[in-house]
Amino acid sequence: MSDNKSNMAPNKKLDILGWIDERFPLTQVWNEHVAQYYAPKNFNFFYFFGALALLVLVNQLVTGIWLTMSYKPSAAEAFNSIEYIMRDVDWGWLIRYMHSTGASAFFIVIYVHMFRGLMYGSYQKPRELVWLIGMLIFLVLMAEAFMGYLLPWGQMSYWGAQVIISLFGAVPIVGDAMATWIRGDFVISDVTLNRFFALHVIALPLVLVVLVYLHIVALHKVGSNNPDGIDIKQHKNALGLPKDGIPFHPYYSIKDMMGASVFMFLFALVIFYWPEGGGFFLEAPNFEPANPMKTPEHIAPVWYFTPFYAILRAVPDKLLGVMAMGMSIMFLFVLPWLDRCRVRSIRYRGWQFKANLTMFVVSFFVLGYLGTQPPTPVLTLLAQVFTFTYFSYFVVMWLTSPMERTKPLPERVTA
Amino acid sequence: MTEPVNEKRRNFLVAATGVVGAVGATFVAVPFVSSWQPSEKAQAAGAPIDVDISALAEGQMLTVEWRGKPVWVVRRPQSALEALPTVRDGLRDPDSQASVQPDFARNEYRSLKPEYLVMIGVCTHLGCAPLYKPNAGAISADWVGGFFCPCHGSRFDMAGRVFKSVPAPTNLEVPPYRFLSDTQIRIGENEQGAA
Repeated sequence: MSDNKSNMAPNKKLDILGWIDERFPLTQVWNEHVAQYYAPKNFNFFYFFGALALLVLVNQLVTGIWLTMSYKPSAAEAFNSIEYIMRDVDWGWLIRYMHSTGASAFFIVIYVHMFRGLMYGSYQKPRELVWLIGMLIFLVLMAEAFMGYLLPWGQMSYWGAQVIISLFGAVPIVGDAMATWIRGDFVISDVTLNRFFALHVIALPLVLVVLVYLHIVALHKVGSNNPDGIDIKQHKNALGLPKDGIPFHPYYSIKDMMGASVFMFLFALVIFYWPEGGGFFLEAPNFEPANPMKTPEHIAPVWYFTPFYAILRAVPDKLLGVMAMGMSIMFLFVLPWLDRCRVRSIRYRGWQFKANLTMFVVSFFVLGYLGTQPPTPVLTLLAQVFTFTYFSYFVVMWLTSPMERTKPLPERVTA
Repeated sequence: MTEPVNEKRRNFLVAATGVVGAVGATFVAVPFVSSWQPSEKAQAAGAPIDVDISALAEGQMLTVEWRGKPVWVVRRPQSALEALPTVRDGLRDPDSQASVQPDFARNEYRSLKPEYLVMIGVCTHLGCAPLYKPNAGAISADWVGGFFCPCHGSRFDMAGRVFKSVPAPTNLEVPPYRFLSDTQIRIGENEQGAA
């Protein structure tokens, strides 16, 4: 910051930065969010994933812009334009795979990032808004992924969209009108494809970028949590800086670059040698053009939706099934108010919390697997059991968190 | 020298501006929301179609496209018609009270002529196209023949009536149709006229 009191006063170090700082708070913003943002010094592996999410977002934005240069958003041309990108456009295959595999990478990163929050109680007071904005990002991301999956206009694109849009038809009275309104036609058609394209490349990315900005602003207001879940602002040095904090730059900027490098190695390996992810990242029926007359023998969403899809299928009633699926995500929104324990980190919480979180993660994985499988009676029963345990996470959290026997918290962060 | 602020007047003006602004914003929202409705072009694409069923053999199913949806014409064998009353107890809506069909199809066969079943091949759960599985035991040991939705496991009998404890809430929809002759069906129009 310049030390002159008036804007008109002569500034001795009137270099370019000084010139900008008098007109725009560049140095101030840089210090507040980067060079003098004090983050706890005990971040572990799980703290890479916030920065990685940002990296993948940039990857999706850049590759997405390049894809729109060759993609044609019409029912007649969409499928062929993807093949054109894959075969005829220079490096088109790479850019397309970076985008389609990037979607799966995005969800892997986001799920680990969210798990980190669950484990260390990062959603607890005073970080409720950080969590809520994060959940909104998750919701928009799911909408973005869903609409993006329609664009190749393959069999799975078509029938996946058919199923998801029909979900709105479960709403009493206005449901069918709403589904028609979303499709812009009585069936999924060229109209639907075109509007999904508009939402996928313009509307939702804008919302996403704004929400990510708000997520970071909210985080920097309250400060980062850490694996011990204790407040580093309790112990400050003579300068008023937290003793257990280190400036984000250069300490974590360098560390995150290291994490990003490892991530990019792995990401490149998948793109080059396993771009379809064994049918999990790109499903086999999507290599056939959309056929409104014939549903594929087995239809399943992409892996990152399968846990919620399994919950939908587990309930043998249309409206209740849709509600259960909606609730499975809505419950996460209110988690900060369901957890009534004031100890954040799993390191110092009682056995109930650990057992409960373990069961939740197991349920998530089992439901995720079941969502990829055909609905046989046995698997449906299994899905019902794990839907129950999924929801029990929230109920048990609310019931047991006030009376948990927690361990004493350390005064300062541990190594 | 400054006049005292008239708080009452100020609050009134702020509230009035807010209300007028909100009304204006609502009017502006109308065209944007309405533009998502099916266009005139999409609405006009619903003309009836004629189907030739002269080559349809017993037990076969023909799929045609009407309004962008698959419509099935199934020529049911006598054995399938005889099986219909036997599954009655396992059905959710055996008399098609809660289901969509023209009045002439609100019967056990859900059709105009018992032999020919005409139905929209869109699952009433989430819109997949169910599979035609006429053979007994094709899906499970107690399967008597009918339609099976691969997406979420909904089951329908040979008249498109939904079984209990599956996700689909109602029977498959029957479109309006009429026989132009013994071998010609017009889909999208019944005796009274267009749908």
